[in-house]
Amino acid sequence: MSKHWQSFGELNNTEAYQKSLQNEFKEDLPFEMDGTLLDAQTPRRDFLKYLGFTTAAAAIAASCEVPVKKSIPFANRPEDIVPGVANYYATTYVNGGEAVSIVAKVRDGRPIKIEGNDLSTITRGGTSARVQASVLDLYDGARLRFPTIGGKEVTFDAIDKELSTAIAGSVVILSSTVNSPSSLEVIKQFLAKYPNSKHVQYDAISYSGILAANKICYGKQVLPSYKFDTAKAIVSIGADFLGTWISPIEYARQYAKGKKLSAKNPEMSRHIAFETVASLTGSNADERFLHRPSETGAVVLGLLNAINGTAPNITDKKLAAGIEKAAKALKAANGEALVVCGSNDVNVQVVVNAINEAIGANGKTIDFATANNTSVSLDTDFATLLDSKVDTLIVVDSNPVYTWGDSAKVKNWLKGIATTVSFGAKADETSSLCKYQIPSHHYLESWGDAEIVTDHYSFLQPTINPLFKTRQWQDSLLKWTGSAIDYVGTLKASWSAKLGGENAWDKILQEGIWSTVATTATASVFASTGVETAKTALAAMPISKGVELQLYQKISIGAGEGASNPWLMEMPDPVTRATWDNYLIVSPSKAKTLLNIDLNNNGQSDSYEVVVKKKVVEITVGNKKAKLPVLIIPGTHPETVGIAVGYGRTAKIGKTVNGNEEKPVGENAFQFATLANGAVSFSVADVKLSLTSELYPVALTQTHNIYNTDQGNRTEVMKELTLAELKHNPNEVLEERMEELKPYTGLTEKEIEELEKEGKTEEFFDKFRHNGSIYKAYDKPGIKWGMSIDLNACNGCGACVVACTAENNVSVVGKSEVLRFHDMQWLRIDRYYSGNDLDNPSVVFQPLMCQHCDNAPCENVCPVAATNHSSEGLNQMTYNRCIGTRYCANNCPYKVRRFNWADYTGSDSFSGNQDEMNDTVLYMNEDLTRMVLNPDVTVRARGVIEKCSFCVQRLQEGKLKAKKASRPLETGGESKSWDLKVACQQSCPTEAIVFGNVNDSKSAVSAHRENNANRLFYSLEQLHVMPNVSYMAKVRNIEEEKTEHKA
Amino acid sequence: MKFHQRLTKSIITSILFVLFVLFSNNILAEDGKALFMKNCASCHAIDKEITGPALRDVESRWMGKRNNLHTWIKNTGSYLKNSGDKYALDLYDRYKAKGAMNVFEGVLDDKQIDLILDYIKTAPLPGAGGGKDSNPIDNKESDNSLLFGILTLILAVIAFTLMQVNSNLKKLSDDKEGIPAAEPIAFWKNRTYIAFGIIILIIIGGYLTAKGAIGLGRNKGYVPSQPIFYSHKVHAGVNQVNCLYCHGGAQDGKHANIPSVNVCMNCHLTINEYKGKEKLYTEEGNEVDGTSQIKKLYEYANYTPGQKEPWDATKAKSIPWTKIHNLPDHVYFNHSQHVVAGKQQCQTCHGEITKMDEVKQFADLSMGWCINCHRETKVQFKENGYYSIYQKYHDELKNGKMDSTKGVTVEKIGGTECQKCHY
Repeated sequence: MSKHWQSFGELNNTEAYQKSLQNEFKEDLPFEMDGTLLDAQTPRRDFLKYLGFTTAAAAIAASCEVPVKKSIPFANRPEDIVPGVANYYATTYVNGGEAVSIVAKVRDGRPIKIEGNDLSTITRGGTSARVQASVLDLYDGARLRFPTIGGKEVTFDAIDKELSTAIAGSVVILSSTVNSPSSLEVIKQFLAKYPNSKHVQYDAISYSGILAANKICYGKQVLPSYKFDTAKAIVSIGADFLGTWISPIEYARQYAKGKKLSAKNPEMSRHIAFETVASLTGSNADERFLHRPSETGAVVLGLLNAINGTAPNITDKKLAAGIEKAAKALKAANGEALVVCGSNDVNVQVVVNAINEAIGANGKTIDFATANNTSVSLDTDFATLLDSKVDTLIVVDSNPVYTWGDSAKVKNWLKGIATTVSFGAKADETSSLCKYQIPSHHYLESWGDAEIVTDHYSFLQPTINPLFKTRQWQDSLLKWTGSAIDYVGTLKASWSAKLGGENAWDKILQEGIWSTVATTATASVFASTGVETAKTALAAMPISKGVELQLYQKISIGAGEGASNPWLMEMPDPVTRATWDNYLIVSPSKAKTLLNIDLNNNGQSDSYEVVVKKKVVEITVGNKKAKLPVLIIPGTHPETVGIAVGYGRTAKIGKTVNGNEEKPVGENAFQFATLANGAVSFSVADVKLSLTSELYPVALTQTHNIYNTDQGNRTEVMKELTLAELKHNPNEVLEERMEELKPYTGLTEKEIEELEKEGKTEEFFDKFRHNGSIYKAYDKPGIKWGMSIDLNACNGCGACVVACTAENNVSVVGKSEVLRFHDMQWLRIDRYYSGNDLDNPSVVFQPLMCQHCDNAPCENVCPVAATNHSSEGLNQMTYNRCIGTRYCANNCPYKVRRFNWADYTGSDSFSGNQDEMNDTVLYMNEDLTRMVLNPDVTVRARGVIEKCSFCVQRLQEGKLKAKKASRPLETGGESKSWDLKVACQQSCPTEAIVFGNVNDSKSAVSAHRENNANRLFYSLEQLHVMPNVSYMAKVRNIEEEKTEHKA
Repeated sequence: MKFHQRLTKSIITSILFVLFVLFSNNILAEDGKALFMKNCASCHAIDKEITGPALRDVESRWMGKRNNLHTWIKNTGSYLKNSGDKYALDLYDRYKAKGAMNVFEGVLDDKQIDLILDYIKTAPLPGAGGGKDSNPIDNKESDNSLLFGILTLILAVIAFTLMQVNSNLKKLSDDKEGIPAAEPIAFWKNRTYIAFGIIILIIIGGYLTAKGAIGLGRNKGYVPSQPIFYSHKVHAGVNQVNCLYCHGGAQDGKHANIPSVNVCMNCHLTINEYKGKEKLYTEEGNEVDGTSQIKKLYEYANYTPGQKEPWDATKAKSIPWTKIHNLPDHVYFNHSQHVVAGKQQCQTCHGEITKMDEVKQFADLSMGWCINCHRETKVQFKENGYYSIYQKYHDELKNGKMDSTKGVTVEKIGGTECQKCHY
């Protein structure tokens, strides 16, 4: 199998990489050492001083009286609340038009964790990183705590009274897409009361192009439902549908369904991606082709031509070949094919519609009858609004001052409006310019409903009493309308009427979902009239010669919602593996000319990778400028650079946006967006880049926890093959495993040959298990926990990373600590490159957490037995025993153990342990923020090691559930339910992670391993550590067998 | 210096030996007591008749026939049928109104019953040993250590004398052989003695420090005074209110939970004065008027007895009870695990709560205490369907590989592993 590499240093096996393999801990030890240890500046006297201090401190602590604790029960306990037992409420995550059905875990009145709602036919219990992290926003100290007029606190009554006269003239309600029928009804009532008023919807991330194109082609100005699961061939052109495009959780699940294969049925969908800068979707594609943003029209046109049998008119040979390939695949799929495009140009989208017609997607993989309500806004509406005279503006969940390209114009327009009302939860860029601020509830405090797609409703119910003096915006509008009943009342009344009674409403509220959507797609009538015009327009589109800029969304930050959330800021971006920062993405070829860094030159690649300070480049477009550090990311077109939107926000929305600095992290990239052809364009041609002399540190986690492998190709860590290879030899992975393990079985060549001949592979592995080690195997008489991860299903989205952080009280350490390799996440997603084209390699993602090895190397080096093994196969970590030698982390072959270098959680008695921490970390220690902590998981103190526990608190809870019911534990599988799911498994939108009892042959994890036995492998299996996390090899659906095969 | 080495060695050995004897005795006595508390205490007391007869001198009443007692305790019904023992029949008649005795066959074996009987024999008389809440075992321990201390002291004096004699003799023999004697050093200046003294000081200091450190945060016997003098004796003992009526959380989740005011008021809306025969006493021995305590409850509940309008629970105030049983934050303890899955009695950990006016922390709640119980207690192995997956143990029980009297303990299924309670 081919070589996989994580960093450029590893690709070239450079000196720095070699050196880094030698050192366990990359940072210098916290001693000032000059020369030898004996001359160290921490001599005996200091040691004695410290010893004396600790003894004295312990003695003082010991002589203290035990504090008297109070135990105060409810005065009148509500029937359904038992202190110490969590309740789960179905509700809905809402962010503009994006709505995800979720279940909130509420412990003693506090929502502490978001889980996906399994009953949703759209997400099937999947979530995203942003959904997982949204619970932390509830406890954000920067939320507005009371209504204000001109910055002065007032009561709701006072503000209502003043506004009763102030709302006058032409009134505009400006909102992001509202997909809630009841809210639209509220707005309708309001508009009826104020005759000269209107409702304008505006979304930061616009889908205007698709909406307009669908109006032209199908007469429906909607986003259709895409069905990636029924598509055998998928072509995406700049649409990051696995990360950020329209409904990524839904698409990721569908996409994974098509990518999952079993030994019995080795068939999977084929995905070809065309993109400009490296995205999550392109990284997961079977094949990726790069083009300039200005070439999008040519690519789409070329694809349509290729499908119709004419060669694409494209000069780039690789790209032209890719288009031919894509056309061939689409045609071969015979109607079960789908093309999606992320462009916001109406002409491009019209031609994409024509392609989808040509390949027969309409009615099969595209359903126009079921509209997706994520976005319904047209950019022209807002553009027109900016030019019109408004007397009263009411802003609902919209932030045009930040997200509109011409921010100055928006600000000016706002200044000219007499009455500005904002319902923003925080003093963001727009609401801080509004006179009346009436903060609305967080979604976990709100009532509501959302029509996610046509006839599929998801409901919101409060999971906590409002923390601050806030009021839901619908209530404010109803009040100003003069309605007698409040929003809950209208919601309840309308749904009770619709469903037939209050009982039905209660039941629906409990389930959180009401859907009457048909599962089969229906075709819509296609009007081809607009296609020719669009084709002509595209053919006339100039292709730029200079450098182009592509703005993109990060999966964690979105359009800026994640910038004030510490969990999301610290989550490494799946593609770049950078935390906390905004940067310019360039390709390796561009790096050569722009930065003078040749990655094939060992010294230069080392200096780029080892030094955390990256070169800063100034980006100039017309009169707009931005200065950003540069990251070299393969998978980006050589003449295209990328910047993520969502950064450069105001510090008023939380200290987190500052990262580590005095000023907010990054620059507002929305400033480069322009209005073109009636829609906001996120790509810009003719960009000037000039290298400055400045340097800026970027906290990249890619090279933090690296480990060496014998062969230097990482084939023992990551196995990948093509579908052709798998079909040619279904046992390829198995054979390679046997090759690796041969020396440790105690068998002779001849004996092995015989075993192979007789097909007794089980016996081979059994011999390896027993002869490969001096340690005896221990019984696991009842349960043995195990996890299985399908690398074909995992797309690296990072939902699991945030879910793990939330569930296990994993601390946020801040940028300065990540820079020092002190990141704490228990679960990381390793990004591997492979292939010969440095500008466009293949990418594989591998989630890696503690492997809970049966022969765990960490256990036998612990001097205090703080880490040891349980009879259920868990590698246990006992914080109270740990004395922080870090021997275990040193001996861990996977590098998954984390050390608490400082008191990140504020759990120590000595405040001095927090001296080095910055604001963002201390922010996590505020009383308000700490409400999010899971009370069943210890908050770790300074000086102890921690690591993935397989969510042991959930395992214990699940076992207890089974014991109370007097039945065996159930962990999925055939006709069985789940007593427990671990946090990463629960959050995964693609069900890539399966967990359960492997001693139970009928459990889901056993079935997963059995059905994919020919793809199963364990990372670093030859070490005989006997890990309990198995992986299913990544299979790429490309026609060729890899040339490097068994090289 | 050889002599010193030998001396030290022998002293250490003897200390270790005495300690060992002392300690192993304790284990046995603890066993009997624990077994009594777990299996018998809910119906029997030693010096008082409750549901069953008082057990003091039970053996002499049974003419010292332990065998008969064994069979009787294991299954009273079958003993009556098979033996025709007249004393037993009388006993049965006298107590049958209160219900027949539980069957202990398969729960207690002969050895364990003997331990219980031994405990009953040695259990101290009420009021014996000075302080009224002094623990018999503690007493024994302190008696022994006093004896042991005296012994050590005597041995030390002897050793000291012998060493003096030795050095004198050496000096004499040296004088005789004409070896010039070194300047005699007074014993308080002698380095050997000083070193010896320091070592002893370090040992004593170390012992005290370690003991103090281990005892940190342990509050066995803690009896704080509460905002309302609430007598468990009156409620759970005399009036037989089920523990779970108020502490229902014990079967649902990790906290047993202190009842909210509305639970109190379920009964106390009608019961507004204390008319019980038992007088109520605080830990210090002061008598308490029960009715006044009910009035205190009414203050928290915002209720006036005899008021016309119905009581409004939403106007009640919480009662700020003082927490007695405190576990460190890094310990996960789940009541329902023990009460529902493990079928443990509340008394196992909380002591004879039905006899406490003021609740007192019965166990030290130390990790050793938890672990010991997990080592000895059997899980509901055959009764609970969850354990059907432990095929290996089922087989071993069947083919006799595993001692069926000891059975499958909590430890066997991993109940002493770190991450069962610490995560």
